[in-house]
Amino acid sequence: MSHLAYLAVLALVLVGSGWLEVLLGVRVWRRPRRLALTLLPVVAVFYAWDVYAIAHGQWSFDPRRVLGVRLPGHVPVEELAFFVVVPVAALLTLEAVRKVRGWPVGDEDDGRPR
Amino acid sequence: MTYTALSLTAVGFALVLDLVLLRTRLVRRRVFWVSYAIVLAGQLVTNGVLAGTRIVRYDAATITGLRVAWAPVEDLGFGFSLILQTLAWWVFWGRRSARRAPADVRPAGDGQPSP
Repeated sequence: MSHLAYLAVLALVLVGSGWLEVLLGVRVWRRPRRLALTLLPVVAVFYAWDVYAIAHGQWSFDPRRVLGVRLPGHVPVEELAFFVVVPVAALLTLEAVRKVRGWPVGDEDDGRPR
Repeated sequence: MTYTALSLTAVGFALVLDLVLLRTRLVRRRVFWVSYAIVLAGQLVTNGVLAGTRIVRYDAATITGLRVAWAPVEDLGFGFSLILQTLAWWVFWGRRSARRAPADVRPAGDGQPSP
């Protein structure tokens, strides 16, 4: 295993979910403002959790399997990528299920008061 | 706090965010649970690979030791919270923009644009 191991896992998630945007026409990456507003609070919470867990030794990363680039709080850069790639995969899944099954999600503008 | 306690707290926080703070109530919708089931399958693979190949290593003192597909059971709470928080914020922002601009996107009355 190389320094790219963790990154390779994330690349698989990116490709495994990305086809929904390209082939199924689901729009998540193409709504960058809404995506950024969604990711900001989520990344903040999980980044803080990561800093805490790393500082307390609850989990650690095999230095032979990560790039070695550490962000503030000793967080590997792959972790930040994880907190973007995995949520985006979930959003693509939600939008794909909505598109295929037609089930409401709660943000539809149906003109009725909520 | 142990990873076990943090994981449970994170699940609770995501539920409060969805049901009380943002009022998106995704956990009461079928679309959420079907989406989560699909994402969970992917998470079991991802967590399993990261933990199984020891890219990520866990301190035995901070987890129960119970494992699901090589990954600590606590990862399931972490993953559920990550997904529910993400989807709740997404629907929250989508609902806000749908509320703000309905007159611009929906034809009024006879469907003719106003002069």
